[in-house]
Amino acid sequence: MKFSGAQLVIRLLERQGIEIITGIPGGANLPLYHALGNSNIRHILARHEQGAGFMAQGMARSTGRPAVCFATSGPGATNLVTPMADAFLDSIPMVAVTGQTPLTLMGTDAFQEVDTYGLSLPVSKHSFLVRSVEELITVIPRAFEIAVSGRPGPVWVDIPKDVQTAEADVDAWPGPGEKQPGPDPDKGTLDRAVAMIQEARKPVFYAGGGIVRAGAGNRVAQLCEKNGIPLVTTLMGLGIGGPSGTPAALGMLGMHGERSTNLILDQCDLLIAAGVRFDDRATGKIEAFCPRARVIHMDIDNAEIGKLKTSHCGIYGDAGQVLEALIPLVETRERADWKAGIAEIQRKHPGPGFFRDSQRPEYLIRRVGRYAVPGSFIVTDVGQHQMWTAQAFPFSRPGQLITSGGLGTMGFGLPAAIGTALACPDAQVICITGDGSVLMNIQEMATLVEQGLNLKIILLNNQALGLVRQQQELFFQGNYVACQYSQSPDFTAIAKGFGIPAQTLGSGESPDTALASLFNTPGPGLVHIPIDPRANVEPMVPPGAANLEMIGGENQ
Amino acid sequence: MKTVMIDLIINNHPGVLYRISGLFARRSFNMEALQVSGLSGTGRSRMRIWVAEDAKLPQILRQLEKNWDVLDISLDTGSGGIEMPEPGTAVPVPFH
Repeated sequence: MKFSGAQLVIRLLERQGIEIITGIPGGANLPLYHALGNSNIRHILARHEQGAGFMAQGMARSTGRPAVCFATSGPGATNLVTPMADAFLDSIPMVAVTGQTPLTLMGTDAFQEVDTYGLSLPVSKHSFLVRSVEELITVIPRAFEIAVSGRPGPVWVDIPKDVQTAEADVDAWPGPGEKQPGPDPDKGTLDRAVAMIQEARKPVFYAGGGIVRAGAGNRVAQLCEKNGIPLVTTLMGLGIGGPSGTPAALGMLGMHGERSTNLILDQCDLLIAAGVRFDDRATGKIEAFCPRARVIHMDIDNAEIGKLKTSHCGIYGDAGQVLEALIPLVETRERADWKAGIAEIQRKHPGPGFFRDSQRPEYLIRRVGRYAVPGSFIVTDVGQHQMWTAQAFPFSRPGQLITSGGLGTMGFGLPAAIGTALACPDAQVICITGDGSVLMNIQEMATLVEQGLNLKIILLNNQALGLVRQQQELFFQGNYVACQYSQSPDFTAIAKGFGIPAQTLGSGESPDTALASLFNTPGPGLVHIPIDPRANVEPMVPPGAANLEMIGGENQ
Repeated sequence: MKTVMIDLIINNHPGVLYRISGLFARRSFNMEALQVSGLSGTGRSRMRIWVAEDAKLPQILRQLEKNWDVLDISLDTGSGGIEMPEPGTAVPVPFH
């Protein structure tokens, strides 16, 4: 039977189990949309390709399954660069399909022509420029296989318009692209790890986003509990081991981690790193990170092991499999001395407890946490509100937080939350954003209303690019340049203009009435909360400094 | 500084050189010399890259290993008698 290239793509996406595609049509992908019109796949029309890309990310991050977005050539493709780069740094499986100028015109500077393949190289795990209709039959399943196998990531498929319209005979359909099994962890290496854990007196487990992607949060908790190992997480790993604040669960490390957590890491003699990449925001100055520790590093990406910090035992493999093998091999231990030492450091360096101070943004975050139900998703944008959420929200499970960790993309929050709500229509989805971030993709409020999603937006407004203002205060002698907005738009009016019920919290007013009304009313809603523009994220490790050089975050 | 040769078998398509050289550029790896030739009738190419044997070498190899256009990789540290071409000299093309 004969199919056009576009029909082939849609049929293969259906066979892949794709139910929702986000995107925007344009000249070069119209054949794909023509074929999509005859499919049961639901299309979500975004208002900007960056929004479409982040919606796909929200779907992929909340379900763990690869998600798909469409864009046209030229500006459609360039607008996808940011969400693809974001997905690449946070290891999110997604497949972007872009239209391209016909093969016959490629290379002639044709209308809306850009070198999409070239753009894709540094921002995707892999990419294809499809040069014949026959290739599509192998490329589409292969794109999904690559997106989900090993360390997940985004794959870009660029399809010239004349490849979409060309026809091919298909006799047999390929199976959907599936995850290839990872390497089996090496037995000798596992034994070495067990011996190192046995010898250690002050071990710390350091868990990150790879654990969330591997669905291995429970195994981390089991290993730590059995062998008495305290747990720290990265931003991407928050929720592993449940809420933090005990000698067993130390919370987030790094630039905005608790003082005591960074001090404890400085003392440890064994660091068990899993699904982490020793990012500078987590480790601070790498030479000074855990200077007394030997390192066990397990990762599904062999290139991460030893990339930044020498590991004494590198375990290449899926963290879930590695941990499952390790759990029966380690002893049941209390490590009472180490726990007592940790409790002592925590007692000597208590946090400021900002979440108890109704004048502080952390208090608002904690109040929002009271309305979160089990199974909820907290999606943030990027900036101070993101860090306050990381510090103060009581995360109860791995993957509950959806945030742009690696690329730190302002404008991520709203569309990623929309994607989350599309993929998980029965879940409570809360988007915590800031006045700087929300304006970077505010057009997607139209998509939100159109889809009638049950998405609650908490907008903290300090009339500034808060983290920039904070760095200029701390490291540039208070020379504030280009970080404060002299004109703040009327966010409630904007939201209402899009059709979203919205209210602004008055000065000194308790947030509870507004939050109760927000969470008790089905459908989209927004609460706009002006906050103290002087509030900083504390503590803070200066960029490039060692994690021991923390500013603020002490109990006064 | 000693030079070693990375011997790759890669998919042969118009963008593959771009992908490998882009990887080197993005990660601040340096190529001393490069030779690529198609393996006729196979859809594959052979790429030989000469690099300095320094602390970055293991990371270069691991980044290449996980590249989906790289089908096979081996390292020649010089014992096999393969030498880096002198700058300015023509490189023989032995693979056909």
